[in-house]
Amino acid sequence: MTEQGILGVFAGHKFLSGLSERHRLLLAAGARPFTAAPNQLLAKEGDTARCFYLIQSGHVSLGMHTPDRGVVPIHTVGPGEEVGWSWLVPPHRWQFDCRAVDEVHGLAFDAEWLREKCELDHELGYHLLKQLIGVLANRLAATRVQLLDLYK
Amino acid sequence: MEGPRACPTPVKPAVVRVRDYRRETHDTFTLVLDPPATGGAAFRPGQFNMLYVFGVGEAPISLSGDPGEGGGWVHTIRAVGAVTRALARLRPGDVLGLRGPYGSSWPLENARGRDVVLVSGGIGLAPLRPVLYHLRRHRAEYGKIALLYGARSPADALYLDELRAWRAAGELQVLLTVDRGDPSWTESLGLVTALFDRADFAPDRAVGLICGPEIMMRFTQREFAKRGVADERLYVSLERNMHCAVGFCGHCQLGPSFVCMDGPVFRYDRIRTFFEIREA
Ligand SMILES: Cc1cc2nc3c(=O)[nH]c(=O)nc-3n(C[C@H](O)[C@H](O)[C@H](O)COP(=O)(O)OP(=O)(O)OC[C@H]3O[C@@H](n4cnc5c(N)ncnc54)[C@H](O)[C@@H]3O)c2cc1C
Repeated sequence: MTEQGILGVFAGHKFLSGLSERHRLLLAAGARPFTAAPNQLLAKEGDTARCFYLIQSGHVSLGMHTPDRGVVPIHTVGPGEEVGWSWLVPPHRWQFDCRAVDEVHGLAFDAEWLREKCELDHELGYHLLKQLIGVLANRLAATRVQLLDLYK
Repeated sequence: MEGPRACPTPVKPAVVRVRDYRRETHDTFTLVLDPPATGGAAFRPGQFNMLYVFGVGEAPISLSGDPGEGGGWVHTIRAVGAVTRALARLRPGDVLGLRGPYGSSWPLENARGRDVVLVSGGIGLAPLRPVLYHLRRHRAEYGKIALLYGARSPADALYLDELRAWRAAGELQVLLTVDRGDPSWTESLGLVTALFDRADFAPDRAVGLICGPEIMMRFTQREFAKRGVADERLYVSLERNMHCAVGFCGHCQLGPSFVCMDGPVFRYDRIRTFFEIREA
């Protein structure tokens, strides 16, 4: 994908909305298109988080391993969403298994590269952190509501 | 929202016969009833009947069938207490008492020419299903249509075959999610509000119709608000417990409104301040 193509994906992606032109160009330099086949494992719980993914199309199932039931799917991430905050939070290990449900297309960023950019440019780091906090807050609220077992 | 219809014989139930019984999930079933001899089968999506099991009691239950089809009255019911458990024991040929249809209806006239986003959870899909039948029948009169439906588990989700057939026909976007999946479930996992990012509609021309547990409806309103859909274009069905259904007993009073008389379908901005009032 050309830089133009990557910037096109950026423009349509909610996670990067509000990013300055300078930061868009900076991130585009480190974005790499990826495709995952249905059922392909993108990340394994406990492994070092080497990537951060922005999903363009397709769905990724996040699940946790349990001794008696194997991997229990917990949440689904779809187009316009992102996979992973473990790249930013020490000790940088995946908290979930992340598996493609159908064919997934998106952009991947190298975790170390991205952390370095955030350290060097706090404005960029602050922007990404703000976006991630928004995602986390939504998922936390959703999880809390799920705990109420509303439909019981 | 379209106003409630006055019932000519508000309190005395008619005796009707069960035409068909269908099991939907482990605790939910559908009854098809012969409409009373007088009055015909007409109803507006969102309206409900009071179903009376002789010797047990009565409960308000929404009409969940096709309003354009003159056949029987369809009710999908979750067995939660004395009346609904007694309804679950009825079989074709059995009789029960019925009053209705009562109540206001979903704003299908106002929604014409607009995108329609239906958000429902659990048994809350039942009162919205007549809307889906109507929208499909009059497809050309509406913009984009999206249904966001959440259930506890795949085994608890209602009307799955029908919803998937509608999706396959390409007439509407159907997004499904459950709180707890199983290995056969390849749709979404998570709260129904997480489906909003995938829903295809234009906020400036959308109307939202919401029915489900009250907390789900509150969170859904926030998602609409985040996207700029004003409360004036949101409608909720409040399925608060009621007794008389004719504004008599005050059991379902919500500020100056009675769910049975002014609802169950309300425009959100009109009940916003009362929405978080707890049930007495
Ligand atoms: C306008 C309207 C339309 C409705 N449509 C349907 C429908 O299509 N299908 C259907 O299955 N139900 C529907 N309901 C809900 C149904 O009327 C109630 O569940 C009813 O109370 C059942 O009576 P029961 O005697 O079986 O249970 P009850 O003895 O009244 O209650 C049993 C348990 O359910 C709880 N409960 C009762 N009512 C509600 C409620 N409204 N919300 C949450 N918890 C409740 C009670 O707190 C109790 O724990 C509707 C309610 C209203 C007001």
